[in-house]
Amino acid sequence: MAERLDEQTMALRVAREFENGMVVNLGVGIPTLTSNYVPEGREVIFQSENGCLGYGRVAQTEAEQDFNLINAGGQFVIGNLGMCFFDHAESFSMIRGGHIDLCVLGGLQVSEKGDLANWLIPGREPGSIGGGMDLAFGAAKLIVVMTHSTKENEPKILKNCSYALTAPRCVDLVVTDIAVIEVTDKGLVLKETAPGWTAKEVQALTEPTLIIPPDLKVMSL
Amino acid sequence: MSINKLYDSFDNAVADVFDGAVILIGGFGPADGCPSYLIRALYRKGAKNLTLVSNGPGQGRPKPGAPPPPGPRRRPPNYDDGGLLIQNGQVIKCVCAFPGFGRPGAMSPFHQLLADGKMAVELVPQGTLAERIRASKAGVPAFYTPTGAGTIIEKGKETRMIDGKMCVLEHALKADFALVRANKSDRWGNLVYQGTSRNFNGAMAGAAKVTIAEVNEMVELGGLDPEGIATPSIYVNRVCSRKDSREGA
Repeated sequence: MAERLDEQTMALRVAREFENGMVVNLGVGIPTLTSNYVPEGREVIFQSENGCLGYGRVAQTEAEQDFNLINAGGQFVIGNLGMCFFDHAESFSMIRGGHIDLCVLGGLQVSEKGDLANWLIPGREPGSIGGGMDLAFGAAKLIVVMTHSTKENEPKILKNCSYALTAPRCVDLVVTDIAVIEVTDKGLVLKETAPGWTAKEVQALTEPTLIIPPDLKVMSL
Repeated sequence: MSINKLYDSFDNAVADVFDGAVILIGGFGPADGCPSYLIRALYRKGAKNLTLVSNGPGQGRPKPGAPPPPGPRRRPPNYDDGGLLIQNGQVIKCVCAFPGFGRPGAMSPFHQLLADGKMAVELVPQGTLAERIRASKAGVPAFYTPTGAGTIIEKGKETRMIDGKMCVLEHALKADFALVRANKSDRWGNLVYQGTSRNFNGAMAGAAKVTIAEVNEMVELGGLDPEGIATPSIYVNRVCSRKDSREGA
């Protein structure tokens, strides 16, 4: 079987979905890596729920670390022209009011209806919701980026999520380390496979039946 | 008599915090937005059975010789968070959005007390938490929101279909004290913040019966640009300054 994509490559693939002028909110983990791969010639504005719109890249050196400039993942970031600050109530007016064009979140499970579970692993109560629930309900478009299966190679894309939901019917696109899958009214459509992977191999690691369109592509990276 | 909300000491500013009080505490992650001096004053005061409302309950102080607690290692200078009060047995309940995950062998005070059954937790989506605080500040008793509908968050709450969307009824979060951190204040209590350290502080100022602000320094009345004041003085009852107020009694 072919190799799976690493986190950076998955982030690169997600960033291809950034369109010029979009306001984008990034969840903790792989989603924050996507800010390094904004496609050439496109300008996007990153929003962070702790009260910043328009921040720059992640700080690289200790000298760049500023305790008054962090993203929602607690990473130090740097400033950017056009950046502004606001409080949490304003920030979630942006999120809940439908002003965020695109949100990228990590996932534990996604169902074939587009339900997302990403905040509570059974046995690790009480879990941590953070801003993920508001983003899942409020963002115009939601991409989930995650490994396709668990460490034990069990599917994470399921007919029904068994973990506590973040939000029902909220996911539009799933980018994994072996595939890109779109959630549609008819079911899950396999749009792309990672280089070296066949539709059959992806299906074997996915619980619901995937719709294989005639224009299935290999991810171009 | 001119108005002057500046307190001479942090201890005096929290002297009337009573047992059983509900306290909003600003801050988010490693940002320098945590009212650490006020938290230490509350620790010295020793008020008990407190309910803390904050984004995360905080990590407290590492025990001597123990492995460092989970979470970001770097902290601002002179830092303490609500975890200090939890560690000191002053807290019976936390209302929060992101407590993090307890790690065996390096449990935060929050996760330890929770595991021991000595503390209660109410987990709230971050936006619902911010809006419940804002509602309290704005005199809105309750509101409907889609966030949480169809999840375990709606359990025990009224739900209703509005404009084709299922919504959950959430109530304003009533609090006795708000401890907020800002950069500068004047004697009226106008506040300006720094960067992402505003976070929950700006939302919480004015959302409790008494709002106490901890600032880096005081400026003369008129020293803050009226266009740049983020929290109008009406929301602030007391001010303590790291530069101008004493840390002890």
